[in-house]
Amino acid sequence: MKTTETPAPLPAESGATVSKAETPAPRPARPKKEGGVLNVFSHGVLVIWAIMVVTPLLWAVMTSFKDDSSIFGSPWSLPHTLHFDNWSRAWTQANMSDYFLNTVLVVGGSLIGTLVLGSMAAYVLARFDFPGNRFIYYLFIGGMSFPIMLALVPLFYVVNNMGLLNTIHGLILVYIAYSLPFTVFFLTAFFRTLPTSVAEAAFVDGASHTRTFFQIMLPMAKPGLISVGIFNFLGQWNQYMLPTVLNTDPDKRVLTQGLVQLAVSQGYKGDWSGLFAGLVMAMLPVLGAYIVFQRQVVQGLTAGALK
Amino acid sequence: MQHGKYRFIVGFLVLPLGLYALFVVWPFIQSIYYSFTDWTGLSPDFKMVGFDNYKRMLDDDVFWKSLQHSLLFALVLPLVTISLALFFAFMINVGGRRRRGGPVISGVRGSSFYKIVYFFPQVLSIAIVSLLFAFAYNPDSGAINSVLRGIGLDHVQPLWLGDPSLALWCVMAVLVWSTVGFFVVLFSAGMASIPAELYEAALLDGASRFSTFFRITLPLLWDTVQSGWVYMGILALGAESFAVVQIMTTGPGGPDYSTTVMVLYVYQKAFRDGQAAYATTIGVALLVVTLAFAAIVMRLGRRERLEF
Repeated sequence: MKTTETPAPLPAESGATVSKAETPAPRPARPKKEGGVLNVFSHGVLVIWAIMVVTPLLWAVMTSFKDDSSIFGSPWSLPHTLHFDNWSRAWTQANMSDYFLNTVLVVGGSLIGTLVLGSMAAYVLARFDFPGNRFIYYLFIGGMSFPIMLALVPLFYVVNNMGLLNTIHGLILVYIAYSLPFTVFFLTAFFRTLPTSVAEAAFVDGASHTRTFFQIMLPMAKPGLISVGIFNFLGQWNQYMLPTVLNTDPDKRVLTQGLVQLAVSQGYKGDWSGLFAGLVMAMLPVLGAYIVFQRQVVQGLTAGALK
Repeated sequence: MQHGKYRFIVGFLVLPLGLYALFVVWPFIQSIYYSFTDWTGLSPDFKMVGFDNYKRMLDDDVFWKSLQHSLLFALVLPLVTISLALFFAFMINVGGRRRRGGPVISGVRGSSFYKIVYFFPQVLSIAIVSLLFAFAYNPDSGAINSVLRGIGLDHVQPLWLGDPSLALWCVMAVLVWSTVGFFVVLFSAGMASIPAELYEAALLDGASRFSTFFRITLPLLWDTVQSGWVYMGILALGAESFAVVQIMTTGPGGPDYSTTVMVLYVYQKAFRDGQAAYATTIGVALLVVTLAFAAIVMRLGRRERLEF
């Protein structure tokens, strides 16, 4: 499951070889290095894409400090004065604080639920032979390739009839249910790779199956749980379709939904700078967390596709 | 390990399976059933109407447009995204200058920097990305047309999302922008596990870097490319395309139905027009398209697995 080499040999490397790259080869007599042209070309292309990725993000940050007239008048000019009031306005008046709180509650609840229920099901499916094992496994896996929107039409009424529409706990249950396919798929494969001898020894010593699972197997499965946890955290934090359909109460909106509604309502309110502040506010925590936990995030997100 | 085994199995499965059955499996089954009824979603009364919804769907111009656009998404998006990602990943991992005494094949300097930056969009919500680009595309005050004016192209001021012939491509470009990084990182990991001796041997035999890509890298990476293709296609037919089209386009789905996709049409029919039964019919069509897409990619991509 090696997905990246250890990150950032960058500072040391660039410090050591910077002169080599910037200046032409010091000894002209030396034969032209193989791949030199390709090297210039590949750097050029890679730098262009890096700029294309970063520019929209930096532009958003810059815009969030400008006033409305200069946002529309000159989109690329730097702000004359830094309008920090955009941020405070977004946080209080535009309800960003509520959206954050709702998102934290929903994602916190569903992440824990997904990991607990997902690992329970995956453990049983990976380690025990019983009639229907394969059927249940494929039932879970099938959920990964089905278009969710098809189920959402009746689901809306299922949830409504249970009195769970527009509630935080209702949304948590739905998030868990729709996160289970990938979680079960990933963790089943992971539990299969763990040695059986430890669990057997614990069982011989008189531990029950349940105790063996919680005290022996779960701690052993920690790396897998972290990967799949990051995957689910990002997926649930960024979720847009499920809350759009199942969470129509303005007070219960999560971040993504709230921002989109905010953008729609700006048509008549006209507080675009506040909206940009809200957008950046929503972007920064995930980007920050990603930069700090870069290796784990990449591993968590690509692990599934490499299996 | 027989003692109490079945009690334990049932105990551990009942909650996850129950939740999954209630919120995922059951609604799917209901959907297919509802597609044969005239259920509005607004009242609990409905009756069976046989294949009426399916007949209506075949005569529905908007449905055909949405199908066409969804198919375009499923074909073009993976093709463009994966080609770009393969190209970047190859540049990052193999495009490096050969250093004296170093390995024959090396990555460019700062390869981990590129991988970190390229991955940025992947951690952001597609909803936020869509909002951001909706502003950039604004014809009067958006960032893109402002750049065009800045470099003297005052007469080239496309309407972007407002132009029926451009809007769909604008939407697709956003999805490419946001997903390329994921595949760069994915393919980089795959390329890093290809043994360097293979490249050394090929280069000794006089192969160009261009041909090493097609003869060595791509065949050895094929499994990853294929599963990436299916993954991207399912996203392009489902959740991702819903978010971008619903948030960015006018209507949504416009102008003049030029960007509507199946998943959006299902949503609009069910939750805007009160035609839940007809919505599930389109949903069933979307299901068929998705499964057919996955089956075709798996079938066409089937090759002998190369061990290395």
